[in-house]
Amino acid sequence: MTDFIHPALLFILGALPIPFLSGSIRKAYLLLIPALALLAVLAMEPGSYGEARFIGQEILIAKVDKLSIVFAIVFTIMALIGMVYALHLTDPGQHVAAFVYVGSALGVVFAGDYLTLYLFWEGMAFASAYLVFVQRGGPAIRAGFRYLMVHITGGVVLLGGIISHGLATGSLLFGPIAEGLTNGGMGVGDYLILIGFILNAAVPPLNAWLTDAYPEATVTGAVFMSAFTTKTAVYVLARAFPGTELLVWLGTIMALYGVIYAVLENDCRRLLAYHIVSQVGYMIAGIGIGTEMAVNGSASHAFAHILYKALLFMGAGAVIYVTGRRKLTELGGLYKTMPLTVALYMVGAFAISAFPFFSGFVTKSMVIAAAGADHRALVVLALTMASSGTFLHTGLKLPYFMFFGTDRKLEAREPPRNMLVAMGMAAVLCIAIGVFPQPLYALLPYPVDFEPYTGSHVMESLGLLMFTALGFVLFLWALDPENTISLDTDWFYRKGARAFMWLAERPLARYEQAVSNVSETAALPLLHGAARAGLRLDLAGIDAVVNGIAHSILNGGGRLRRLQTGVVTHYVLAMLVGLIAATVVFVVAWR
Amino acid sequence: MIKRVVDFFGDEQYARPRRRLFYLVLVLIVVADFLVFREHAEYLWDSLPGWSAVYGFASCVLLIFVSKFLGHRVGLMRREDYYD
Repeated sequence: MTDFIHPALLFILGALPIPFLSGSIRKAYLLLIPALALLAVLAMEPGSYGEARFIGQEILIAKVDKLSIVFAIVFTIMALIGMVYALHLTDPGQHVAAFVYVGSALGVVFAGDYLTLYLFWEGMAFASAYLVFVQRGGPAIRAGFRYLMVHITGGVVLLGGIISHGLATGSLLFGPIAEGLTNGGMGVGDYLILIGFILNAAVPPLNAWLTDAYPEATVTGAVFMSAFTTKTAVYVLARAFPGTELLVWLGTIMALYGVIYAVLENDCRRLLAYHIVSQVGYMIAGIGIGTEMAVNGSASHAFAHILYKALLFMGAGAVIYVTGRRKLTELGGLYKTMPLTVALYMVGAFAISAFPFFSGFVTKSMVIAAAGADHRALVVLALTMASSGTFLHTGLKLPYFMFFGTDRKLEAREPPRNMLVAMGMAAVLCIAIGVFPQPLYALLPYPVDFEPYTGSHVMESLGLLMFTALGFVLFLWALDPENTISLDTDWFYRKGARAFMWLAERPLARYEQAVSNVSETAALPLLHGAARAGLRLDLAGIDAVVNGIAHSILNGGGRLRRLQTGVVTHYVLAMLVGLIAATVVFVVAWR
Repeated sequence: MIKRVVDFFGDEQYARPRRRLFYLVLVLIVVADFLVFREHAEYLWDSLPGWSAVYGFASCVLLIFVSKFLGHRVGLMRREDYYD
């Protein structure tokens, strides 16, 4: 264990002292832990660490290979950036929750067995839910509860799957399930595990928790949330289910699902949240395709996505922090007062849209190229269309209505410096990855045989994106944000819960009332009467008989006692009388 | 410098040069697409110059109108107090 320090421990144990620190010591500490964790990850050697046995099962606390390292690196980088962004907060609770959240995500990434994975999985759900609750106010509390309930349900499904998988295979070690497909296909347990995983990956129809909760989280909390939950899900899917055909189609649908909803969205962070759904769709599709290039594409796209999506959430968060508004219908004209935020946000927007020299270009295209190499024309076309939609919303619509467009004369300024620094860090990485993709490619699980910067590929991307911009300019009138919300699959449990409450409050409560009425008006008097009659019978009848017999015996005994005179002559006389009586009886009986 | 660039995209006074620059970029892209060397084309459309421009524009328009159709006609968009 000397050559391996678990970064999850650094974060989770490191969270303990935070409430006791203050001022610049706390700030330094908040940056020190992620920096140490990053060093720990970079120094890691592949291998298995922390093997043990628990309840008769093999436990493997940490299994380190290239796939886990690439996710761990971006998670720790993101933790550092997120901490810089949240440095101005005075509330230690959010820092503690963020630390536990990051630590749990890293715990999942290194988990070598399902029990370890499950523990950290639930830790993530609770720590991240805190980041919603701490925003306070009715909508956040309600969204937080929905978030928690969905994740607990997903966790129960996952646990059921784990147990059932363990019973079927005899091992709880975490590894590729899809490989078992050749001998008899996936069992019920494996499907339950898959459902648990794709719930956290926000695959429709299990996606609504994400777009419901993320916009309600705190400004800084949403930045962490955008990075960890869905990407740990991508990681576990890449580990357990590469090459699962179902995922290709779910991922492709997701990519379009997100961009379609993004057109309708008015809340700036909900729009970005729908783009998480869309972008994770590429990763899921890549995992489903399952070739080396596709899994590389998914892993690298997750890496790039965490950074640019955090940058976008940080930009939108900065606007919310400064103006207190989050609806596009209420924003506009901020470019004059927040030019740095605009510029940094746009770096994220170009990265997510896969402009050449930005990170998305070198990662997203790998997934699309892998789909092409796997002869999936429909998937290629759908994912390319989703790319166009991504630029349309995060690159054009959102910044246009947030920063340009109608000037609402909002009082605004640049956000605190630590927020700008954090955005700057993410922006530098977005560009660095885009310009020099080789270091990232070197981290990927398989050797990379892909060159993003070919003339045809660059021109193809530019053509796609700039003519999307033409569509935006021509149809801007159709894109005006509207003061509405969009129905998603959360309708089923939000309305379902309401129907359940109605059922409980109306028919069930009425039935209960009727039953209690009947019992009060008819059943209870009857019972009382019967009880009284029983009491009378008991007192007057049974007790009287028992008492009578007892009295008779007592009296008889008293009388008999008088015979005992204590005079010997009386007893001799009695014996004589008895002897005579016995003789008489004997004679009579003999005859 | 950043402020100047951002102002260029926001201020009304730059509307004309902005539009000209945009259309110039579009033309350059289409022209360049005809000149670029296509080493291997996986699908038929890969070998068509200008395909990505057409597909990007069509995707954009399709996404806008399909989404708005779903929002308005199918009824995905609701008043903000829908769940209250």
